[in-house]
Amino acid sequence: MAAKSIISRPVYGTLSLQPGKHHLFVADAEGALAITDLASKAPAGFFANAHIIFILGNDGKHVAALQALKPAQFYQGHSFANALPRLKQTLANAHMGLRLYLAGTEGLIGQAMQAALEAGIDHTSIQTEHRGSLARRIQCVHCKGITENVTTQPATCSHCGLLLLVRDHYSRRLAAFQGVCINAEDRSEIPPAEEIFR
Amino acid sequence: MSTGTTKLDVVVSDVVPVNELVTRFHFRRRDGALLPRFSGGAHVVVEMRDGERTRLNPYSLMGSPLDTREYTISVRRDDVGRGGSLFMHRNVRPGMEMVISYPVNLFSLDLRARKHLMLAGGIGITPFMAQTAQLAAEGGNFELHYTCRTASLGTYADVLRERYDRRVRLYHDDRDERIELDRLLSSQPLGTHLYVCGPSGMIGWVRDSAASLGWPTETVHFEHFAAPQPGAPFDVTLGLSGRTIRVGEQQSLLEAIEAAGVDPPYLCRGGVCGQCETNVIAHDGKFIHNDHWLSEEEHRSCKKIMPCVSRFEGRSLVLER
Repeated sequence: MAAKSIISRPVYGTLSLQPGKHHLFVADAEGALAITDLASKAPAGFFANAHIIFILGNDGKHVAALQALKPAQFYQGHSFANALPRLKQTLANAHMGLRLYLAGTEGLIGQAMQAALEAGIDHTSIQTEHRGSLARRIQCVHCKGITENVTTQPATCSHCGLLLLVRDHYSRRLAAFQGVCINAEDRSEIPPAEEIFR
Repeated sequence: MSTGTTKLDVVVSDVVPVNELVTRFHFRRRDGALLPRFSGGAHVVVEMRDGERTRLNPYSLMGSPLDTREYTISVRRDDVGRGGSLFMHRNVRPGMEMVISYPVNLFSLDLRARKHLMLAGGIGITPFMAQTAQLAAEGGNFELHYTCRTASLGTYADVLRERYDRRVRLYHDDRDERIELDRLLSSQPLGTHLYVCGPSGMIGWVRDSAASLGWPTETVHFEHFAAPQPGAPFDVTLGLSGRTIRVGEQQSLLEAIEAAGVDPPYLCRGGVCGQCETNVIAHDGKFIHNDHWLSEEEHRSCKKIMPCVSRFEGRSLVLER
């Protein structure tokens, strides 16, 4: 689990059952296991009011396990971008009493939370659980471009090419960590990249 | 100390009876300047100098936050209370000079909300008078459900209907009209915040229903000033100042501490803000907790007390004051 370093660095918990009329789950890859773990504690019929939006991992696993929970609605897709219109539509039509559970990679949790914040849900009322990769979504503070799935420190901005120090400084609004040029004084100074966000 | 309670010297500019129980009081600054700005839901603490005794009671500001030439409060007469409302009704006249605190808001609107759903019971309507005025000026989305005993006791119901028409829904107890709470709470769009002010039974009912229907606690706002309850006199030792004082039957513990010349912090004097939280050094007896600040666990621990509303019964109590 991610340790708290600076105040904006998100800290995730363990999904727990919330009172509510409808339950919306958004998960990717191993995030499915957080849902099945929760299901083992859920009362019978809980998933009759649930909607699961699942983004498959590279291994393509966990679909059968989630379908076995018999959610009222189930969606599977191959990228968050594919699932986003459905998530937005669901949130736009929802009423108070809908509870949101996010599980999986930081990028998935952050981007689903971003959509939820835009729909008026407070971040503190969202259940989150981190599972799987620690790869980060970062925003280059210089060109504002977003680079997905960053695993190294430092990392190269996929837009402007600057070498970036990946900070723990996080923006919920952008759903991204901040990347700041690591060698602004002397571009020839290139620290070795270590893979630390696996 | 009295955190955040810088004083304002005011003059009573008008006293208006509203119905058989409620009277409205208008205050202006004695120097003629504008009063400090406030936000909807704020209250002021009114100092009532009644002979030897000074009462400090909180009242919600009910005027529009856009107009700070005067502050208005509405006071419901309570014939069996500790006498603050009776003092206001019987003794306060236009032209009288009084002292009130700066406004403090412990019941503010969450302006991130997509919609504001307000539930008022009886005199609990007053903070909503200011909040609706604030929202209406900004084109805010709100809906107010107001329960009162009878039409004649529906304080400001006519004004609100006139101003906001169908955004205000009235319920009269004597006509057996009840809020269909479950249906109301289940039909609100995502991003709605709920506000409730009224008798404690109503607040409990609304909070419990909202929680069980899946409203996150961050979206449920409530305000209930617990007036200090009278009770049997008791003795208290103030550990830091080394004094032993007696709390009278009609006096709150906070008032007794103040009367002894110790000046503890306070803000709401109604058991909600947490400012006057006091550590218990030793005790032999039973606490009567009346606040909404400490958790149930803290109440049971007997290590803390809110002296503005809570009391004690027993042989001895030593506080860290």
